[in-house]
Amino acid sequence: MSKAWDQVTWQELEIGGVLTEPGSARAYRTGDWRSMHPVWDQQRCIKCGVCWTVCPEAGISEEADGYFEMNDYCKGCGICAKECVTGCIKMVAEEG
Amino acid sequence: MAHRVGMEVSIAVSHAVQLARAEAIAAYPITPQTHIVEHLSSLVANGELEAEFVTVESEHSAMSASIGSAATGVRTYTATSSQGLALMHEILFIASGMRLPIVMTVANRALSAPWNDHGDIMAEKDIGWIQIFVENGQESFDHSVMAFKIAEHHKVLLPTIINLDGFILTHVVEPLEMVDQETIDRFLPSIVPYHQLNPQKPVTMGAFAMPELFTEFKMAHQMALANSYDHILEVWREWGELTGRHYQPVERYRTEGAKIRLLIMGSLGEVAGVAVDEMRDEGLSVGLIKPRLWRPFPFKDLREAVAGADLLIVCDRAQSLGGAAHPVMAEVRSALYPLANRPQVLGYAVGLGGRDVQPQAFKDMVAHALNEIKQGPTEEFYLVGVRG
Repeated sequence: MSKAWDQVTWQELEIGGVLTEPGSARAYRTGDWRSMHPVWDQQRCIKCGVCWTVCPEAGISEEADGYFEMNDYCKGCGICAKECVTGCIKMVAEEG
Repeated sequence: MAHRVGMEVSIAVSHAVQLARAEAIAAYPITPQTHIVEHLSSLVANGELEAEFVTVESEHSAMSASIGSAATGVRTYTATSSQGLALMHEILFIASGMRLPIVMTVANRALSAPWNDHGDIMAEKDIGWIQIFVENGQESFDHSVMAFKIAEHHKVLLPTIINLDGFILTHVVEPLEMVDQETIDRFLPSIVPYHQLNPQKPVTMGAFAMPELFTEFKMAHQMALANSYDHILEVWREWGELTGRHYQPVERYRTEGAKIRLLIMGSLGEVAGVAVDEMRDEGLSVGLIKPRLWRPFPFKDLREAVAGADLLIVCDRAQSLGGAAHPVMAEVRSALYPLANRPQVLGYAVGLGGRDVQPQAFKDMVAHALNEIKQGPTEEFYLVGVRG
């Protein structure tokens, strides 16, 4: 569906709400509704990848330099911060 | 083309499903639907019907399996009753939301008592399916075939329920005009799936909708039901031309000039008809209205059918405990409310849990109602024949 969801009229919906194109999960940024998000202190990060491993939502991506960052699917659960070996992850409140 | 046979109505329904060439049947036996699925299972086992018969462990699974099968694009049938229908409850919304053309017979029965009334289906009136009521064996056969053509129509694509009274119809041998296979094949060609689960062309079915889309999704469903009306009539008209048996969304019997009109759905329509004949002979101006199409609600036909009446007596086969009125009464009165000239509406629940209803019961209702309206009704609605 090329239109934004909140612009689609009932007449434009596919019968039965069938999605005829793949990738609808990718199009939906499920992280939109988080209230907290993780911030890494790269001075203390040892690039071990524990945060990436324990994330239940694949909400953390490995960057080209080997450090880790959250992506659009992070729900802000804080498991990464809890499990981080060096304690380099802080949960920070979302703004706005 | 047609030959007349004496046949138990359940067996006639299963033959209708056979003649419709159902390709998948998932059903769990429950009284009084049992003979329908028993016979279908024999037909499949004997090779007389080429279909997949899925013996499930519950009605929840029967409806779930029906959804899976209909999603692959095959002609899908199931049948249930009472507690079984209640156990399907949550899945019924999914079938209609996904717009899958499943056909289901409901052998109407009370909840927690094995005998006939409409308590089961009235608890499911908001499931978004097309719902049709039949009065006798012939109608049961006819509508069981037609339901597939209606449900699968690409302008409809809605699951469809045929309601027939448990025991009163399902277990009674009636004279029936069967229709031969060749004629049915011409009337009802193979299903042409609209959306289909197919690995070669993957789609997502049954995805959830966020608040931004849910209202539009519900509107589309509501409009699909409203728009199905024309196509239902088109299928009935075609069947009428083929068989000489014509059906209307709201049937009328001797309503011309009748000041008093009874209204009832299902097999008791015939009993009420006998009572109307007797009352007409006695000089009472009484007619009978028999809604056949329950969903989508036939506003126009109902309003035409009551035009000119002073008193409308709505006979329900169920209650809405603690509610504003018996279920059919509530909807009928609500549909008539916007009219400038409308009859006074009194509602009676009758024949609950299989209690026998004779023509005299309708004559008593008319006499009671005429007495009630003299001073203004003493109750919001009534329960016929209750002791104490």
